[in-house]
Amino acid sequence: MRAVDGISIDIRAGEFVALLGASGSGKSSLLNLVAGLDRPTSGAVIIHGSNLASLSREELAKYRLHTVGMVFQSFNLIPSMSLLENVELPMRFAEVDRGERSSRARQALERVGLSGRLAHRPMELSGGEQQRASLARALINRPKLLLADEPTGNLDSRTGTEIMELIRSFNQSLGMTVLMVTHEQALAERYAARMVHLADGRLLGDVSRDDASENAASRGEDEPRIQNEVDEIVPDISPGPRGETR
Amino acid sequence: MKFYDVTDLAVRNLRESIFRNSLTTIGISVGVASLVAMLSLGIGLQQLASRRLQKSGLFDTVVVTSRRDIRNFREQREDGPAPAESPALDESARQRIAQLPGVTEAYPDIRFVTELRFDGKPHLTMVAGIPFSARNNSDAFDGIQGRFFSSDAASEVILQKAFAEELQGIRSKPGSDDTSIAELAKALLGKELTMRYAERTTPSSNSSSATAGGPEPGGESRDTAYSVISREQALKIVGVTDLDPDSMRGTARARVFLPLKLAQNLHVMQTGARDVSLSPSGAPSYNSLSVRVKNPNQVPDVEEAIKKMGFGAFSLVDATRSMRQFFAVLDGFLAIFGSLALAVASIGIVNTLVMAILERRREIGIMKAIGASDADVRRLFFAEAGAMGLVGGTVGVTLGWVIGRLINFGTNVYLERQHFPPTQIWSVPLWLVFGAIGFSLIVSLVSGLYPASRAARLDPVQALRYE
Repeated sequence: MRAVDGISIDIRAGEFVALLGASGSGKSSLLNLVAGLDRPTSGAVIIHGSNLASLSREELAKYRLHTVGMVFQSFNLIPSMSLLENVELPMRFAEVDRGERSSRARQALERVGLSGRLAHRPMELSGGEQQRASLARALINRPKLLLADEPTGNLDSRTGTEIMELIRSFNQSLGMTVLMVTHEQALAERYAARMVHLADGRLLGDVSRDDASENAASRGEDEPRIQNEVDEIVPDISPGPRGETR
Repeated sequence: MKFYDVTDLAVRNLRESIFRNSLTTIGISVGVASLVAMLSLGIGLQQLASRRLQKSGLFDTVVVTSRRDIRNFREQREDGPAPAESPALDESARQRIAQLPGVTEAYPDIRFVTELRFDGKPHLTMVAGIPFSARNNSDAFDGIQGRFFSSDAASEVILQKAFAEELQGIRSKPGSDDTSIAELAKALLGKELTMRYAERTTPSSNSSSATAGGPEPGGESRDTAYSVISREQALKIVGVTDLDPDSMRGTARARVFLPLKLAQNLHVMQTGARDVSLSPSGAPSYNSLSVRVKNPNQVPDVEEAIKKMGFGAFSLVDATRSMRQFFAVLDGFLAIFGSLALAVASIGIVNTLVMAILERRREIGIMKAIGASDADVRRLFFAEAGAMGLVGGTVGVTLGWVIGRLINFGTNVYLERQHFPPTQIWSVPLWLVFGAIGFSLIVSLVSGLYPASRAARLDPVQALRYE
């Protein structure tokens, strides 16, 4: 069974893209491909000129560490660690010095409004607070790409809005590219500049809010680009002319 | 990930499931403790045996005889000068032998049969001279009642237990151990006995100088003339020893012991074919010498050097080599049995870590999603196995040490009840301490290999789905 089949999209740096679709439509699978957590059986995922499909496991880990920040529906904080330790964790993998690690984690938690909760464990916090901590962790290694998998799925609408506002602020103030998976059309319409609709692993529609008639942006300015070949006889995994925007 | 972070996270993870990890660590401790207890027993027994053997003087002693002695005629077949041409075993030879490398001392064996009077009754027995150094390096006087000689020429005597019984008219059956040596000594210590002996004297001084200018020294005519005078010597009993007179030790065949210097000064006529207790020139000449060597390993070299000087020499050095071989095999067996518990414990480590992977599957997925590499995850599980090994090893060595102490204590209580002196049958050298901890660490790391690589290979997408 093909979870993602024949999808070809280009995303420009700094774009806020929502991946929409029903359960099992392949949107999370697509997100995992962009996150470097999964590999396509054929086709290519080209981020900043390098094809994730051809990277080794170690290179993919480095990519996840430095280029991507991830936010999950179920927050995925490590329950045995305090918020500060959770946010520090990616910096341990990046071998950041201990002193710098602590100050950067504090700043990040302060930025998401959790400066009073540093020593708390995730279970002691509300869902909204956990998701904010998870956002702080996702951004701690200053990634270029923020991937959010149903970030408001486990939150009430008010808290969900808070989280979405935070994500939007990162997108706008830091120029961070955001790729968000959601099944809430309204949420996508409100925050995303572009909506990509999937069904049964296939691309249904790709609509930009600014210009609904235009289908995706020109390739030269793209950042992430996904080509998932339906037909393996026509492999087109070679990257096009890349114009890095960062 | 840096070493500090790996260790920190590993310790944190171990603390999270403290009960289970403690049980696993206790398993390792028990394994290491059994290994340490077994090996320390083997090492202790080896040390005890070699200490005994070393003190017995059997393996670090070379017995030197003159080849001129008729008893050594058979050695004529060997290389070296014929008996008639070989040098005399006299004081100057003794001094030359004493200066050979590896030799701690060379002393003459003086032994003679004579009459000792105690309470007016005569007793005929073998008397031997004992070097003053025997006080420290011989176990013959370990269980002594009273004390050792006050000086090398004191008019003092130490009695063998059987002779002490004879003096008091006690007849013990062979093998029975009913008379206490302390009681025997009580009645005898401080008392005097009289030794009647035959002194061999040189002829008058002018005849001595005449022979010096006469035939070649070492010629047969040299010690043809001497006279024998009957003398008496009062001796104070200072000690009674438990030493078995029928043991292998040469001097121990005697039942009465004198300080060696005193025995030499008395010029007692000794038994022997040539009876060369004193050469006509005035320099003492000996039947045989005992040469003590610093280390049993040096015995063959010393023996060779003495033979080159023209004397007969023999030793029992091979026995120590086979003893070392025996203990190497024994230690090997003990180590294998001791390691069995550690092998079981290592299965415990594998089990604990595999369980931890199942439990922390999602956590591993999260770590991978936020940038942990396979190597980071592998190192983390490796460090957890290593930490359990290190703590288990340290606790195990301590436990093994305590077990060893208890075994030693129990053995000594038993020995004391059987009227034996306490002894050290157990030893934990420093290399065993570090070796056992290191071994435990290595076993734990090897046990961690499979779980660590399994954790590293986890698919992050699958792991994140795990609830």
